[in-house]
Amino acid sequence: MARIIVVTSGKGGVGKTTTSAAISMGLAKKGHKTVVIDFDVGLRNLDLIMGCERRVVYDFVNVINGEAALNQALIRDKHCEALSILPASQTRDKDALSLEGVGKILEDLSKDFDYIVCDSPAGIEKGAHLAMYFADDAFIVTNPEVSSVRDSDRMLGLLSSKSRRAELNQEPIKEYLLLSRYSPDRVKLGEMLSVQDVQEILSLHLLGVIPESKSVLNASNSGTPVILDEKSDAGQAYADIVARYLGEDKPHRFIDEKKGLFGKLFGSK
Amino acid sequence: MLTDSEIMTCSAPVLEFKSSTFSVPVIVLSNNDLVAIEEHLRKKNLLAPDFFKNSPVVFDVQLLNQKGISIDIEDLTRVIYQAGMLPIGIRGGDELQNSKARELRIPAYSSLHSVSAESGKKVVQKNTKSATAAESPTTLIITHPVRSGQRVYATGDLIILAQVSAGAEILAEGNVHVYNTLRGRVLAGVQGNTEARIFCSDLQAELISIAGNYKISEDLNDSIRNKPVQVYLQEHSLIIKDIL
Repeated sequence: MARIIVVTSGKGGVGKTTTSAAISMGLAKKGHKTVVIDFDVGLRNLDLIMGCERRVVYDFVNVINGEAALNQALIRDKHCEALSILPASQTRDKDALSLEGVGKILEDLSKDFDYIVCDSPAGIEKGAHLAMYFADDAFIVTNPEVSSVRDSDRMLGLLSSKSRRAELNQEPIKEYLLLSRYSPDRVKLGEMLSVQDVQEILSLHLLGVIPESKSVLNASNSGTPVILDEKSDAGQAYADIVARYLGEDKPHRFIDEKKGLFGKLFGSK
Repeated sequence: MLTDSEIMTCSAPVLEFKSSTFSVPVIVLSNNDLVAIEEHLRKKNLLAPDFFKNSPVVFDVQLLNQKGISIDIEDLTRVIYQAGMLPIGIRGGDELQNSKARELRIPAYSSLHSVSAESGKKVVQKNTKSATAAESPTTLIITHPVRSGQRVYATGDLIILAQVSAGAEILAEGNVHVYNTLRGRVLAGVQGNTEARIFCSDLQAELISIAGNYKISEDLNDSIRNKPVQVYLQEHSLIIKDIL
């Protein structure tokens, strides 16, 4: 049985798709058979970030409607054999998804894959609901600012009441916090919430902090998940997150200010 | 420029509707003999003149109707007025009696065992409602965080052992205890229990209310924020005090 992970946030633009692409690639690179599904029907982005937009023939909605077989719609990633992508339909909207249809596809995928990563759309409506409904684990992507934190809190409430695990009275979804676009310098200036602030509001297990980084935009534009950019801070942050999720003990990084050249030379702190 | 009256309307609404419960004596009639009724009321009046003087009363004609005895509502209200009491309602009347009462500007209350046949369905509903209300209120214990957008309602006391997030709403007919940070909206005694209290170990609430009397976050001053407090009602105003 595959483990189903939903990457969600409530708020848009916080880095759900970037995170979905990075962690699915991370899991696949560790040798786990992984599929990442774009639930953002009508606003298809994942294929761009994964660099496979020119290979999309069939999509998620085609499979739900029985117009294509699952194998026809799955796109094998160029960088990693173990990773597949199920793109969203750009010409439809969220109403094209159905609970039974999604459930059936996830069940079928569960037979062949170890991890299923569901890239949730923003909002709390149908698309987001279906993305999280069948989840076993939830990655809550939050930016260090109040509206994002509030929306994440709302999402956590839905995870604990409107998911399959909640409705069947099973063990609740495991929730992990991913704090993205974090800038220690701005936290120090009081322009951004700190890790502690966010954790106090959400009281959630912190899986990792992803620093604000130019490499994320570069990676998106070039269609390679940022985790493949091993030199970049964001890439390393995602690698740490995947490792921690798989049970490795990695100390948190990118929480404190970067030491400047001066600081490094004199070894302050 | 704003005139004084405009400023007034900006700052406070003209009126507010609030829910309250009153205890009112009910005169249950078992005879249509107005003379006997008048005599009985007079005697009662002598026993406790201050108590019944200008006291609002509801008269209940259900028993009369069950026995098939008719009574003139207009005469009856006159007798009650003469006894120094103010009738504010009729209960258990049939349609004719109720409409007569309405003409006299006396509202009609439905009864649990109304005699009119067409209200039979209503009677059943009433009965089930009173049956559930009669169930002993239960204490609800919540151990997981109450997140933004979630609502929790307890018919008795509500005890929460985790945080209550901003944007969450917790309501109880009895007391509310939150043994963690309280950031959401909290309403105790929602059915009008003015004795209900709110306890929390870190007050950052958006709104606190007991039996319809409320304060919003802006009204909370720093001396009681971010610390363990209890909230109770004293003469229609909320008192917030340190527990420790």
